[in-house]
Amino acid sequence: MSQTFAQKVLARAAGQPQVAVGQIVTVRPAHLLMHDNTAAIVGKLDKDLAEFGLVRRDLPIIVLDHVIPASDEKTATGHAKVRAFVEKHGVQNFFDVGEGICHQVVIEKGFARPGTIIVGSDSHTCSYGAVGVFATGIDRTEAAALLLTGETWLKVPPTIRITLRGRLSPPVSAKDLILRIIGDIGADGADYAAVEFHGDVRHLTIAERFTIANMGVEMGAKITVFPVDEVATEYLFAAGVPRDRYEAVWADPQAPYARELTYDLAALEPVVAAPHTVDNVLPVGRVAGKRIHQALLGTCTNGRLSDLHAAAAILRGRKVSAKVRLLVLPASRDVYTAASRDGTLAALTEAGAVILPPGCGPCLGAHQGILAPGEVCLSTSNRNFKGRMGCKEGEIYLASPATVAASALRGEITDPRTVG
Amino acid sequence: MKVWHYGDDINTDLLFPGKYTYTCATPDEIRPHLLEDLDATFAQGVQPGDVLVVGRNFGCGSSREQPVVGLKAVGVAAIVAKSFARIFYRAAINQGLLLIECPAAVDAYRAGSTLSIDAAGGTITVDGRAYSFPKLPPEIMAIGEAGGLLEYTRKKLRAQRAG
Ligand code: SF4
Repeated sequence: MSQTFAQKVLARAAGQPQVAVGQIVTVRPAHLLMHDNTAAIVGKLDKDLAEFGLVRRDLPIIVLDHVIPASDEKTATGHAKVRAFVEKHGVQNFFDVGEGICHQVVIEKGFARPGTIIVGSDSHTCSYGAVGVFATGIDRTEAAALLLTGETWLKVPPTIRITLRGRLSPPVSAKDLILRIIGDIGADGADYAAVEFHGDVRHLTIAERFTIANMGVEMGAKITVFPVDEVATEYLFAAGVPRDRYEAVWADPQAPYARELTYDLAALEPVVAAPHTVDNVLPVGRVAGKRIHQALLGTCTNGRLSDLHAAAAILRGRKVSAKVRLLVLPASRDVYTAASRDGTLAALTEAGAVILPPGCGPCLGAHQGILAPGEVCLSTSNRNFKGRMGCKEGEIYLASPATVAASALRGEITDPRTVG
Repeated sequence: MKVWHYGDDINTDLLFPGKYTYTCATPDEIRPHLLEDLDATFAQGVQPGDVLVVGRNFGCGSSREQPVVGLKAVGVAAIVAKSFARIFYRAAINQGLLLIECPAAVDAYRAGSTLSIDAAGGTITVDGRAYSFPKLPPEIMAIGEAGGLLEYTRKKLRAQRAG
């Protein structure tokens, strides 16, 4: 019988010829992603690690990114605890402060191998579906148990199929596409489900697929996944993962879908997600003119080189509004270095931007750019929840890098098509 | 028993603000911030045995187990929802917090309704009318019965070693 991507990966992982939607299978993930929360995770296991040991030294990928450099003694102590764990147990894949945002690092460093399963104690682990990984978020306790056993259970999800037709016409971007989809389907529209992307995927770069897969969890999806085509194969090769290191999986042509949607990419327009839910999606024109106080360019959603380029193309040789603080958060050291070498960072700083270290920064409201009551931030990140940027009386709108750059220039929400 | 009643798409930032995620880990540290940006009266007012009745997609957003740990620690007996977001759902299983997916019961509930839950029987009664809800499969139920995922894991590993 024809099977979806999720069914095929889970059947293979469970050593069964086929699995049915709703079935529970035991799997041994290729990797377990953890970040600053590693301190709390291993904190649950003080005695257990001595009794049972770490199951595999190459299972965890640990990236310090959420509150970097440490903002106070407590977070510094957390980081120190993570380094001590890494040292003591010989954890193979550890990336200290400044290497980048965990999800970017996983893909960039070649850990995301098509057809494998990766779980992570972070909801945006779903990002690795950009290169055909069954990747999904779990909680800290499950991560702790995985360190001891290397295995967990997954329920085989139903699948939603989204077919893309045609090409995006810049400055309309992958961010506008995924926001449009979430606006249509709703914040719970893909709860417990897998989302497969089909159709003219070849026109999307891996950076664009990453932006889309990253936001799958904002519609409740368990995984969001793209086929491994030439574009992906080339990207992976450059990341040090040649074709013989993985066995890609894709859905059978007649696979059963719970729901099917089609998008005409050429017909899309720039959109924003207005406070306080990601599915509150409006054409940018509906909120144009709204005064902003802070603009955030970057994060795991839109902090790649092409995103910085899109913003720099608008800002080069101009000045950001004096009323706006433009914060730039490159997704990794590699992105930072490349943007520094090619002059993008200079163009952004000359326009008035503040460049933050490659990490999560203000995205989760812990430090580096907290809002004051009544302030409005336009952000390329993935969540506009109340309080997300550290202040529950602040407002967050989500948009693409081009929309954020155009709006930073004018000091108010601006359709990037109106900025020449 | 008090019922705390909230709407749809309650995300984990509302249940426990992100700014505390790296500074609060123990139930005592978590408790004062529970539902802080959703309902400022909750942390003070919640009592053991209380129940939450909520809408669709409860617990969406960040992977954040602090609200689950906190709600369990203050003795919340169950959360009854139209639906849950999946990471929150797994986190609740792993802490042994009872989650009940029962849209009909949520629809029937009004402020002041009487409500009781028979977890073993799989029914919830609102104003005298009983609604049944699906129970977890036995292999998942075993996690909660063991006292949560870590206890379950320890038992399993010791049994493997002994066997
Ligand atoms: S950048 Fe934001 S959404 Fe991405 S991993 Fe960091 S905190 Fe999470």
